[in-house]
Amino acid sequence: MTTVRNFVRSNVRNPNAVAYFLMAVGALFFPAVVQFATGGSGDYLVGLAADGGIYMLMAIGLNVVVGFAGLLDLGYAAFFAIGSYTYALVASNHLGVTPIGHSLHVPFWIALFIGMFVAATAGALLGAPTLRLRGDYLAIVTLGFGEIVPRVFRNAGIWTGGVPGISALDVPTLPGWVQGPWVGQDFGWVPDFRFTSANLTAYYMLMIILIAFVVILVHNLYNSRLGRAWMAVREDETAAAASGVNTVSVKLLAFSIGAATSGFAGAFYGAKLSYVSSENFGFIVSVTVLAMVVLGGMGNIPGAMLGAIVLYFILFWLLPNAPGQMQGLASSLGLDWLNQSNPNGWPGIGEVVSRSKYVIFGLILVGIMLLRPQGLLPSQIRKQELTHEEPEALAAPRQLQA
Amino acid sequence: MVQRLRASVISTPTASLINLVGLAIVAVALVATAQRVYQGGATYFFQTLGFGLAQGAIFALVALGYTMVYGIIELINFAHGDVFTLGAFVSLALMPVFGLNEGRISGAALILPLLGLFVVTMLICALVNVGIERVAYRPLRHAPRLAPLITAIGMSALLEGVMNVWRGPFNLHYPDFLPSTQIPIGGGVTIAAKAVMVIVVAVVLMVSLTLFVNRSKLGKAMRATAQDRDAAQLMGIDINRTISATFFIGAALAGAAGIIYGLYYNSVQAFDGFQYGLYAFTAAVFGGIGNIPGAALGGILIGVIYSISDGYFTVSWTQVLVFAILIFVLVFRPTGLLGMRVPEK
Repeated sequence: MTTVRNFVRSNVRNPNAVAYFLMAVGALFFPAVVQFATGGSGDYLVGLAADGGIYMLMAIGLNVVVGFAGLLDLGYAAFFAIGSYTYALVASNHLGVTPIGHSLHVPFWIALFIGMFVAATAGALLGAPTLRLRGDYLAIVTLGFGEIVPRVFRNAGIWTGGVPGISALDVPTLPGWVQGPWVGQDFGWVPDFRFTSANLTAYYMLMIILIAFVVILVHNLYNSRLGRAWMAVREDETAAAASGVNTVSVKLLAFSIGAATSGFAGAFYGAKLSYVSSENFGFIVSVTVLAMVVLGGMGNIPGAMLGAIVLYFILFWLLPNAPGQMQGLASSLGLDWLNQSNPNGWPGIGEVVSRSKYVIFGLILVGIMLLRPQGLLPSQIRKQELTHEEPEALAAPRQLQA
Repeated sequence: MVQRLRASVISTPTASLINLVGLAIVAVALVATAQRVYQGGATYFFQTLGFGLAQGAIFALVALGYTMVYGIIELINFAHGDVFTLGAFVSLALMPVFGLNEGRISGAALILPLLGLFVVTMLICALVNVGIERVAYRPLRHAPRLAPLITAIGMSALLEGVMNVWRGPFNLHYPDFLPSTQIPIGGGVTIAAKAVMVIVVAVVLMVSLTLFVNRSKLGKAMRATAQDRDAAQLMGIDINRTISATFFIGAALAGAAGIIYGLYYNSVQAFDGFQYGLYAFTAAVFGGIGNIPGAALGGILIGVIYSISDGYFTVSWTQVLVFAILIFVLVFRPTGLLGMRVPEK
């Protein structure tokens, strides 16, 4: 009991520990709360949260690249696409249609890691020749790569299904699963369980487990020798190299680990949607994930997770619902003319609100960087660097002079 | 120091092998293109070339803004591509003010209103870009380099969003004022008058920019600031004013490019700027970022490569090709075709 009390006492002032705790509790109770609040029709929301988990995974992975190692990756969605397409190829009938002629049905649990490995390999192949470039040149190379990959998938014809993409991917299966009141049924054991779109809570729980797995992994990496090397490279590459850090391999590892996480998320995405198409991996995905990391706090794992939650909520729940809400508000205020489009170019308030998605997105990005560059839940080391507060010892003499 | 450390990582034989592979790929591509061009005949080639040069001229105008801003503050101004689209949008809205109604005005009567349209649009774009620099980049000038890059992406999204709210996500029709005649250049081969006009306007703008940067006092201040900001400041150069002027000129060129784009393609869309900006940026990198003649050359080359790929190979692979060139250049020749190695600041 005393150990528990000591543990709580030592962590209650640590914002990261509190954030982890709140997110874990929130994640576990979320489906139950949603089902209760909506009277049992909250499946859609639980599914939306599971999709949000995909972004959270990507944010955690990009945080390794951008936040830990300080490499700006603007084509992060490319690895997401590679993971998804890898899953689609090894877990559907599609390979049977291609000249290979034999379809593969690798079980989800293995295909997940295949997707991860293929993405990591792609990351290493891209990173090896390009990581010696200067910081923003790397950003441009990754941006170019991010533009190339979806187009290659779109153009590769029979191999990737072209524009329509690949559909009817295998869903995850388990030998058994528990059901209960949280899905509106009695407690019980379901044998030979298949994850379907009718059981989004299962996807949600799987997502939570995967996130926990990745967070533990990345957290341990952060506290390892490699994690310290990343930070050294981020702060001063020359000094790091002079201190014996092999900067190229350290950067390459950060890049591939980030890519692996993205590929992992991509494989899950393919399985959940049961469909992949090159339209879903554009630059906007890369920027959204980057914005999540920046908003939450670069270089801080719970920060990136919090950023993912906040931004996902804004972009995928608040903004899609805002047009309807505005229309309702306008008509309840007796301003129905706002809802009608008119020939002067006014398309109706709902349309205006839905079009302003990018305005809000841009304002968020600019606003955070100007007002709170360290993010919502900043990394303590990073915070100092960004706000340019000199350490106390250095700042004090200057005050004396003044 | 960093260079030397990096040089030791990649040993010389491997590096030369990589370069050899790169050269081999370029050679194969050139031979394949030459064969197709030979089979296609002269008329088709000059049509493609005219199209490519016109497109390249627009790329070059946009690329100049990227390269100038990068040269002076080492920032990739992602919003620049959208300032270019803004030029098309603003000019489209201003046309009635100048009496430019499609079908009612043509020939020599066009020249003065179009000139006015160019001046006003360029001014508006320039002021918007100076405002962007003031709000989003200047406060972050001493922040880590990631910070202004992210606000640049934010500003790009903001501009796209504003244009999207303004006119919607549709392809807008842009009036067609330029003559659609073909100019014979001998041997039964013709080139489109439209392309010639676009190229002439672009060349005039680029030459005046070069003269300005090389001859004027402000141009000298720009070059000094790009070379060494602190030393320039010590010499009494107002850094903020110089950087603002760079953004002003870059955006004025982008605004002009926006009008030319509209007049040439007769269609514009709120999100065009992102893709186009990336091509232009590729052009700037290709020519050597920070290098003004390099950006012009890179723009023309990317435009020609683009249209040759469209005309002689598959259209759907053209964009992949352009971005592959971007990666290729950065891997094999990070300084671009004409660029000098800029010391890391």
